[in-house]
Parts: sequence; structure tokens; C-alpha cells
Amino acid sequence: MARSTPVKKAIRSLTWLVVLMAVLAGLNTAASVLAGTTKDESGKWFAGASWVPELALDLQGGTQLTLAAQNTEGGSVTREQLDQAVNIIRQRINATGVSESQINTQGTNNIVVSIPGKPDKATIDRIEAAAKLTFRPVLSTSAATNTAVGGDGNASASPTPYSPPASLPATPSSQPTDGSDLAQVTPALQDLYTNYNCAAPDDVTTAPDDEPLVTCDQDGAAKYILGPVEVSGAGISNATSGLATDSQGTFTGQWAVNLTFKGQSSEDFRDVTSRLVKLQPPQNQFAIVLDGTVITAPASNAAITNGKAQITGSFTAESAKTLADQLKYGALPINFQVQSNENISATLGTAQLVGGLVAGLIGLILVIIYSVVQYRALAFVTVLSLGVAAALTYLVIAIMSWRVDYRLSLAGVAGLIVAIGITADSFIVYFERIRDELRDGRGLESAVESGWKRALRTILASDSINFLAAVVLYILAVSDVKGFAFTLLLTTLIDVVVVVLFTHPMMQLIARSRFFGEGHRFSGLDPAALGAVYRGRAQFRAPVVNGKRQRSAGEAQRRQTIAERKAQQGAVENGTTPDGKDD
Amino acid sequence: MASFSQFGSDLYTGKRSYDIVGRRRTWYLVALVVIVVSLVVPWLRGGYQLGIEFTGGSEFTISNAGTLDQSVATRTVESIVPEGVPRVSQVGQDGIRVQTEQLTDRQTTEVQEALAEAYDVSDDEVASTYIGATWGADVLAQAIRGLVIFLALAAVVMALYFRTWKMSVAAMAALLHDLLITAGVYGIVGLEVTPAAVIGFLTILGYSLYDTVVVFDKVRENTSQESHRTFVQSVNLAVNQTLVRSINTSVVALLPVAAILFIGSYVLGAGTLRDISLALFIGIIVGTYSTIFIASPMYAHLRENEPKVQQADAKKRQAAERRQREVDAAAEV
Repeated sequence: MARSTPVKKAIRSLTWLVVLMAVLAGLNTAASVLAGTTKDESGKWFAGASWVPELALDLQGGTQLTLAAQNTEGGSVTREQLDQAVNIIRQRINATGVSESQINTQGTNNIVVSIPGKPDKATIDRIEAAAKLTFRPVLSTSAATNTAVGGDGNASASPTPYSPPASLPATPSSQPTDGSDLAQVTPALQDLYTNYNCAAPDDVTTAPDDEPLVTCDQDGAAKYILGPVEVSGAGISNATSGLATDSQGTFTGQWAVNLTFKGQSSEDFRDVTSRLVKLQPPQNQFAIVLDGTVITAPASNAAITNGKAQITGSFTAESAKTLADQLKYGALPINFQVQSNENISATLGTAQLVGGLVAGLIGLILVIIYSVVQYRALAFVTVLSLGVAAALTYLVIAIMSWRVDYRLSLAGVAGLIVAIGITADSFIVYFERIRDELRDGRGLESAVESGWKRALRTILASDSINFLAAVVLYILAVSDVKGFAFTLLLTTLIDVVVVVLFTHPMMQLIARSRFFGEGHRFSGLDPAALGAVYRGRAQFRAPVVNGKRQRSAGEAQRRQTIAERKAQQGAVENGTTPDGKDD
Repeated sequence: MASFSQFGSDLYTGKRSYDIVGRRRTWYLVALVVIVVSLVVPWLRGGYQLGIEFTGGSEFTISNAGTLDQSVATRTVESIVPEGVPRVSQVGQDGIRVQTEQLTDRQTTEVQEALAEAYDVSDDEVASTYIGATWGADVLAQAIRGLVIFLALAAVVMALYFRTWKMSVAAMAALLHDLLITAGVYGIVGLEVTPAAVIGFLTILGYSLYDTVVVFDKVRENTSQESHRTFVQSVNLAVNQTLVRSINTSVVALLPVAAILFIGSYVLGAGTLRDISLALFIGIIVGTYSTIFIASPMYAHLRENEPKVQQADAKKRQAAERRQREVDAAAEV
């Protein structure tokens, strides 16, 4: 091997490392700067970028709810249903105005909701309630009024829901004949409707099925008085979106949502539509209501007798799909049960974070001190390598926090601190190998090369076990364990990157320096201290015992003179006497 | 510390050697006794004390408490829930943690407000946690499933890498040893088993195998090389040669963990950090020990009776005897 090759290789590796770090840092800086200077960053590629990683609830305070989804029809909850349930919960939480909530699935039937601050009982009840899709006849509708929303999107003062005066009669004057009977609109209901504020709606999630309801649509753009529930969403067997066809079966070019009812529900739906089709607008409309809020209110233009309805209107492909999905969610026979409700105060979270960081710092300083004692100047390489590993880890966490909404938890911090030991071990394995090669009488430069080959094999083998542990834990485990497994996974990968692209090239380079190459007393690589035999002019010869470690050793041994063999054998037998005593 | 590198050097050349593999019966006996103690003592103590994550219950944490008098909390809780037996402990410098059996929503709110008043803090400073009994069980069930799958995969990976299933068996035996003892220490000390402790245990799995792989890689290297050592001697040399690495690595891994344990126990009090680091602290020590004293001797034990190995060993012993006679003869002349 030409003398300069290791140096060339070393410089190439270091260049790659610098490029890698520069790209990661540049990406995050650019995104952070853009995110910091752009007013409305939502939806842009750089949204949420920052140099400060997001913290999980246990470090920043907040509430974490674990909800178990239960199939009301018995049986288990499918993956698809669970994903849909997450969407429902997300809509519910967004509807309460809580921002920065995080909703994840966990295991096979749990949903974890993380909310900053402390939610009140009502919010929890609302989250917990089963998704309920219903069909109600429209009694009256108009554009929403009093949507007291400021021009910049911030409500100036939070309005309170309106309640009609108690003096107004709340019972119908005559018994209503059917769901569309306007007699249901009592003076109290009419007053509520007139003054209803879609910016401050009532809690309609758990509105009773058999009474009329005043509510708004999803956007808060229209308000309605609705009759009692006529058909339940559980009666929907399927909802799809597609291009509409006319009675001859040819495409009309319009997007439509196709609804299929099952069993009794298709008869109920037939009865409702045959009644509604004869009425005047807006009473010929029926509202599809999800959790008390109107998602759409189409007019019925025919009695649906076969249980197959088609909703058309100004749909785009996307809005038709959204509605079809919503209709399907609504049919989800799932309700949720709160399994745990953990609340962590911000003070406690901060204390934990500071404690974790201080512990990490103390641990790092202790590791550095120990390295210096053990490896003298070589500890410099350890410290730099740990520094590079720390910088890379920070970069990746910052980017993960931005791109995939990763949040650092206390268990994650613990994982990072534990990683200091495992990362440092790679250097120890490598240094010990180099020392072994020096003991065999090699010069430092060649010891670095041959030690590396052996060390890399060991490092890769042991790191793959760690990696395997982290991956299995990450895939299978839940909550905190996941955060921990993730940092373990990340640091194991970074360990390999650092040892290949930094520690080894650094060793290649410093092996050429006089201080290390000549084995200065404080270099940690002093062959004399390591027990190698000095033979003059920067050449060291190993004690005879060690000659056999070279690959050709076996052959060389067979060609030894009897005297040599005797001498060697004597040394070996003394060295490995099974009673464990020194010679 | 030249003496330490001299020590390493002596171990490497074989000048100094500890007969670890040869005394395996002693180590097996020690392991057996310690494992029996780890199993029996926690059982005598009445089983493991499970955290509320596993038993279900309510927990209140008061930050910046005006007084650290724990009886205040007991009285407050009992005034609202007379039958509830609150467990009160201090968390960190100025925190109080109260654990009770599972309370209803109304009781929770009442206790929370009463505690805030009793400790003269705002309602926001009293964190409440309610955990259903099934939650912890779910976490545990998932963790155990993960454990089994990981062990199976790791055993296969190791068997493929080392090209012998006997190394996998030896490594798994050492791992089992580590888990039993770590769990035993937890039970003997009477510490609460929390999900954080479970995370700690899971990490020990990774660490223990990791450490074993490093040493076994050296064993593989030594035993695959042609030498005049018997199989057992080669394994023993490998353990000796990696002894300095084992000591350095475990010290380096222990230092940060010890720092978390210290901060976790004395500054933060009961909580995630303490529970994880304690399991790790015990696990790293036991894991390093078991690689040297359980895994390696057991591997040698498993292999030495293979006909091939026995044949080779017999030849080497004969050759050694012959050489010894030659040396003796030469000495007589």
C-alpha cells in the first residue's frame, strides 16, 4: 500500500462527514430562517422548522390521554377503523380550539392524545364520545350570524353560547305529526336559532336524538334548525365517491357521493325521502350530522326506495372523497374509553428536562476524565468523536422534529445519555485493537490499518445487535418505550457513521504525527508501555510469543528451528498455566 | 496509569492470565446461588411492588409546594376519600407526590383543589394522573412480545454471524442470568416496577448481548486461528485479552448512567430517570460480569466435547507433552 493512500482516504472520509453535516445543518438553518420570517408558514415545506427540538409532554407539561377504541358491535377494531378514529378525534379537538395537539395510534386499539395544558372535563367528554353520524330533516336554515371573528383570524373576545330566556315556552303547542312538522319549532327554539352564534356554539356533540336541534355546519357558515334523528349513521353500509351517472347510466361529468343503506335503515331512508321530496325548500333538505355538526344538507329530489342514494352538487374529486370518508367514519361502530389521563405540570417537566441535561453533562465530563486517564492524548480523539456524534444527533433530532413531528421525551433523553457509553465503546474497542497490534510489534501506521479491520468487524457485529434491539422495540413497543428505542436506533447509526467517517480517519492522520507516531509517553500509544520490544529505528518487535498472530504465523511456526520452538513453547505454557498464576 | 496498560499488555501476551474458563463450575454455582436468591427473596417479601401504571390508580404531583410536610397530603386526601390509603413521597426539591387508588372524576377534582389549597399553590401546580389498570398491562404485554421476538432474531443473527448456534445459546443463557438478577435486585430492594423500569430492562437485553458479541468476536478470532492451544485455552485467552476492554467499556457506560441515577434519586426523586437508570446500572454491571463468567465458559463447555474439537485438543496436548519431553531432555544434556 502506498504511504499516502491512508491519508488520501482519511481526507476523503472527513470531507464526506463535513459535507453530510453541512447539508443537514444548512437544510435546517434555511428552513428555520424561512419559518421564522414567513408569516403564514402552514402548508409550506419549511413549516415547523426550528433549531430547538420539540419536547414531549413529560418535558414541557401538558396532558396525555390514552383512549382505547372499542367496537360497539363486538369484535376487534381494524387498523383502518383506528386511523379513521384518529381523524374523528383530531376534528373534535380542533373544534375545541386547542392547538398543537398530537394524536397517534398506539398498539392495536389505543389512541394517544397529547394536549398542551390541562383540558376541562367537557373537552375530555367530547373526545371520549362515540362518533355519531345521523340524518335529520331540515326545518329552517340561514346564513350564520354573529360570527364575531376578528379580521386577522383571532377572535377578539371569546363569545359565550347564547341561551334563550327561560320565560319562552319550550314545549310545542301541538303534538308534531312527523319529523318535518314545523310545530316543533317552539318560541324558545326560534329565539335560540335567531340569536345562535356559530362562533360560540352549544355543545352539540351529545344532543339527544329525539329532539330538534339548533346547530351550524362545519365551517360555521350556515345555521340550521333540524328535526329529530330519522336515520342513524350506523345504517350506512358503504359510502364511495365517483362520477355521477344519470338514469341511463351515462356519466354526467359531475362528482357524486354514493351512499348505500342496509336493512331497516334503507326502509327508514325511503320513508324520509318520500316525505321530504314533496315539501318546499328548505324543508326538502335532510342534514347529515356528525357529532352534532352539519357536514352537508342536500335536498332530496326523489324518494330513494332501493337504499342507494346519490348526493350530487358542486363536488370536486377531493371534496366528494372527503364527504364519502366522513360518511364512512360516521358509520364506525367505535367508542372510546379513557384508559389513562396523565397531567404533567410545566414546572415538573422543566425540572425533569434540566435534571436530565445536567446528568448528561456530568456523565460526559466523567467519561472524558476517564478517557484521559486511560488513553492520555488519545482521549482527544474520543472527545472530538463524541462531540461529532452529539452534533449529528442534535441535527437529526431537530430535523426529525420538523419533518415527522418527533418529540423528545424524558425516556428519549435517557436513551441519549445511555448512548454516550455505547458510542464510546466503539472507540475503546478500536483503541484496544490498535494497542494489540502495537504489542505485536507493528509500527503505528500499520497498527491503525490492521487494527481498524478487526475493530470494524466487531463494531458492526455488536452495533447490529443493538440496532436489532432498537428496531424491534420501536416497532412493537408503545409510548415511552418507543421514544427510548428511537434514540437508541438513531445513536447506534450515528455511532457507525462517526467511527467510520471521523474516528478512523483521525487516527490515520495522527498516526503520522511525531507525537503519536513515535509513541510519546503521553500519547497513550507508547509501545514500550504497551509491552512491545524496541528493536531500533522506529521498529518494534513483539515478544516471541506473539509472532503467531500474523496470518502466516502457522506456517512460520512449522518452519521454526527446534530451539526456537522450545523457547516459544516454554513461554506459552508458562503464560497459560490453568492455575491462573503469573510466571 | 502505565500499570493499567502494563496489565492489559500482560493479559494480551498471556504473561498474566486468569483461568476463568477452567473454573467454570465455580461461576455456575455462584450464578445459581445468586439467581435462586433473586427469585426467592422478592417472593418472600411478598412479590414485586407494582407502580400505579400496572395496578391502576390516581396520582397527584404538587410542584413548588409551600411545605414538604407529607402528613398534610395524607390528611387532605383522607378528608375527601376516607377509605383511600394515600402513599405520599417527596419528588425533587419541592415536590410532593400522592398516589391513591383509582378515584372518580369528581373526587379527583376535589382532591386536586384541596391539595392546591393545603400546599398553598395554584391549581395549575397540582398535576393529576389517572391510569386504568389495563394500560400498564398493555405496555407490559407489548414489551414481553418485543422481548421474545428480539431474542429469537438476535439468536438467529448471532448464529449466522458466528456460524455456530452454541454461541447464541451461551449468550442467551448469560442474558437470562442478567435479567433474573436485575429483576431480583429490584425486588430485593423493594423498588416500584414502573414502565420506565421496564424500559431499563429492555435496554439491558441490548447491552448484555452487545457486550457478549464484542468478546465472542475475539473468541471466534482466537479459536479459528491455528495455534497449539487447546480450545478451552483459546477461549480463556480471548476473555483475558478483552478484559481491559470490558473494564473500560463498562466504566464508560456506567459513568453517565450513574450520573442519571444520582441526579434522578437525589435531585428529582422518584420518576422516569431514576427507574431507567437504576435498572441500567445494575444491568450493565451484571451484563459485563456474565459475558466473562457465564457466556464464555459456557461456550467453551458446549464446544469442548465436540469430537472434532476433542481430537484437535488431544493432538495439541500430545504435541505439548512431546515438546516438554524434548525440553526436559535438552535440559538434562
